Amino acid sequence: MVNKFNFSSKFKLANIFSLIFFLISILFMLFKGLNYGIDFKGGTLIELRANNINASEIRSVLNSMDLGDVNVKKFGQEGDHLIKVEQKENDGNKIISQIKDNLSDSLNAEINFRRVENVGPKVSSELLQSGIIAISLSLIAMLFYIWIRFEWQFSMGSIIALFHDVVITLGIFSILSLEINLSIIAAVLTIVGYSMNDTVVIYDRIRENLNKYNRLNISEIADLSINDTLARTIITSVTTLLALLSIFILGGEILRGFSFAMILGVVIGTYSSIFVASPMLKFFKVTYKTLEKEDEKIVP
Amino acid sequence: MLNFSKINTFIIYLILFIVSLFASLNFQKKDNLYIDKKINLGLDLQGGSYLLLEINSDTLIQKKIQDKVIPIKRLFRENNINYSNFKINKQSLFVNIRDIDKFDLLFKSRNNNLINPYIDNYRSFELEYKKISNDQIEIAFSKFGLLTINNSALKQSIEIVRRRIDDVGTKEPTILQRGEKRILIELPGLKDPERIKNLLGKTAQLNFRLVSENSEFGTDKLISENGEELNVSKRIIMSGESLIDAQPNISNQNNEPTVSFTLDRLGAQKFGRATTDNVGKRLAIVLDGEIVSAPSINEAITSGNGMISGNFSFQEATDLALLLRSGALPTPLLVVEERTVGPDLGEDSIKSGTLSLIVGFILVILFMLYKYKIFGLIANTALIVNLLMLVGILTILEATLTLPGIAGIILTVGMAVDANVLIFERIREELKTEKSIIHAFDTGYAKAKITVLDANITTLIAAIILFSFGSGPVKGFAITLGIGIITTLFTAYFLARHLTSLVVLNSKKNDIKI
Repeated sequence: MVNKFNFSSKFKLANIFSLIFFLISILFMLFKGLNYGIDFKGGTLIELRANNINASEIRSVLNSMDLGDVNVKKFGQEGDHLIKVEQKENDGNKIISQIKDNLSDSLNAEINFRRVENVGPKVSSELLQSGIIAISLSLIAMLFYIWIRFEWQFSMGSIIALFHDVVITLGIFSILSLEINLSIIAAVLTIVGYSMNDTVVIYDRIRENLNKYNRLNISEIADLSINDTLARTIITSVTTLLALLSIFILGGEILRGFSFAMILGVVIGTYSSIFVASPMLKFFKVTYKTLEKEDEKIVP
Repeated sequence: MLNFSKINTFIIYLILFIVSLFASLNFQKKDNLYIDKKINLGLDLQGGSYLLLEINSDTLIQKKIQDKVIPIKRLFRENNINYSNFKINKQSLFVNIRDIDKFDLLFKSRNNNLINPYIDNYRSFELEYKKISNDQIEIAFSKFGLLTINNSALKQSIEIVRRRIDDVGTKEPTILQRGEKRILIELPGLKDPERIKNLLGKTAQLNFRLVSENSEFGTDKLISENGEELNVSKRIIMSGESLIDAQPNISNQNNEPTVSFTLDRLGAQKFGRATTDNVGKRLAIVLDGEIVSAPSINEAITSGNGMISGNFSFQEATDLALLLRSGALPTPLLVVEERTVGPDLGEDSIKSGTLSLIVGFILVILFMLYKYKIFGLIANTALIVNLLMLVGILTILEATLTLPGIAGIILTVGMAVDANVLIFERIREELKTEKSIIHAFDTGYAKAKITVLDANITTLIAAIILFSFGSGPVKGFAITLGIGIITTLFTAYFLARHLTSLVVLNSKKNDIKI
């Protein structure tokens, strides 16, 4: 790369921008909340396909059944609808057959029930709990891995960047009222892995350059290292995004939320490795001396 | 890093050959005679039903504690312990006794203690008591006593669930214990689980009890099949446990579907005696607390064969016979999670998953060719082999492929090139300062090695956590993502490096660009 970009001059601006977005995300999650799907809220989901029926017909049949909160929307191709019914006590054993029978009887159409899911209140709260544990555990595991491989300053920096990615991704889901289900948790965990991957590549170079040029300060080292690895950062983001876009556009409705979360995560994760994880090293006052103590550990 | 010994090269390609061989098993039309391994399709791809059932042992525990009442009272009497105020409250017994020390000694005896057996595995008694006031004690099951009851109820339930499902005849059902209270059932290809849910929703506790004339003490008021209110004695003449067979039938007299049953020897004796003594009275056949029918006893039935009629449709008679054959569940089962995917949605998912895989793959390949030319070709070869290995390893593990699993493969395609990109970019840098091309490639590979490893291990950690916490489809994603990382490392550091070495070592000095 001939044209070196002066990243460190933009760090302050980027950090203010990140902080604002981070706070907005937290506020939205606190006050608007996340739109949990039945995996985490409990309830019934039915995907059906039928010719010549519309959402309002389905809605009126279901409303006559006194099911509580009912949500019907078009889903994918013509004639496909997605029904979501709120959980009412623990009567899940019968509710599905009642809804199916009622719809088949009242709507004069051949209905193909393509997907039926029911999650009880106990299971949904367990799933939510284990989702939160999984994300927390992955953050802690990353913290320790980087701590072992680098120094504590690096592991703090990368964890702050990861936290930033997870919160903002979920914040955008809250702002856009997109559904959070099991596959979104999988996406968030993958984002954690991907963002970490990106951060590690830059950190690795920072460590190497700190050893090589002990005259330069950390900002200059960060600049140099980001530029050194920039081509790789861009190429890998592009290939990953190409694959994800392909899933987003062609992979069908079920994978849409998942691939959207991943696309967001890759973009935010790439940004954060450069603009959050790297300035954090300056914040934690990393110099070439930081590495000296444990020099022998670094190069295996 | 560019030197490969003959033996190394041989091992690399041997591994590739074997894994590809396994991958190819999936594309054979006929079953292979020698190795029968294939990637399984998850329920979300082939269609089918997933059910999670939970046992509720509350009523069972109440019943078990009631069973302790008589033996405990006998213990008091036989040992001259004065007691008063004996009460049952849900899952515990309350009693006032003076001589608690004497009781303690007997209660905690390990010698042939039939009332309160010592459970060796847990080093604990089945029951425990605590003093509530000076002379009142509360007796209840100990923690391990409850655990024992729960475990045996769960084991028994799984056995009966399996019998019922096998009897219905669905193909290749999976029935597994999940945790301490749950049973996981997967029924591939099943379009509508309602019938199975109905069959599993009944405990099928069958009792034969006499109908008494008046509502004296010890009767229950039950509604018969044709709406009349009957006083049914609480005393059970015979229960479903004595049944050895039950079959649906069409009755000769009125062409109605009925269920005929056969009793074991002991049951036949009991039933014979009861029917002999009570000719003329009515016998209520009670299933899960509801009367199926209450026929009059016309004559003594001593053969051990009987018949239940009760306005059944033939399907109902078939299901009742099935339930009676499979035996009663010790506790009711509740469906706490259910997911059913129809076969056509599964097919659509396979189609869209495959399409996005192919398109994503082609996009990445074209991009790499454009970016790295000849080395792009190497990266792409590595990518193709990577996919092949991924499929091969999934086959060896007989893993389950789900829709998110396909997404994991596509993601692997996107991320797999990263290892080669890291290496190639590093070599580019080295080429700027290094005069010897071979040396530049060598140091490029060596220096990138740690970074590649670090970067991939982080994703692997995420995949492992996802695997241990995720369920069903999400687990499938974790599997493909995790294995994808391993195959990526292998192809980048062995195959691509070997191919690179062939290109570099066989070309003239200055014509290599990356």
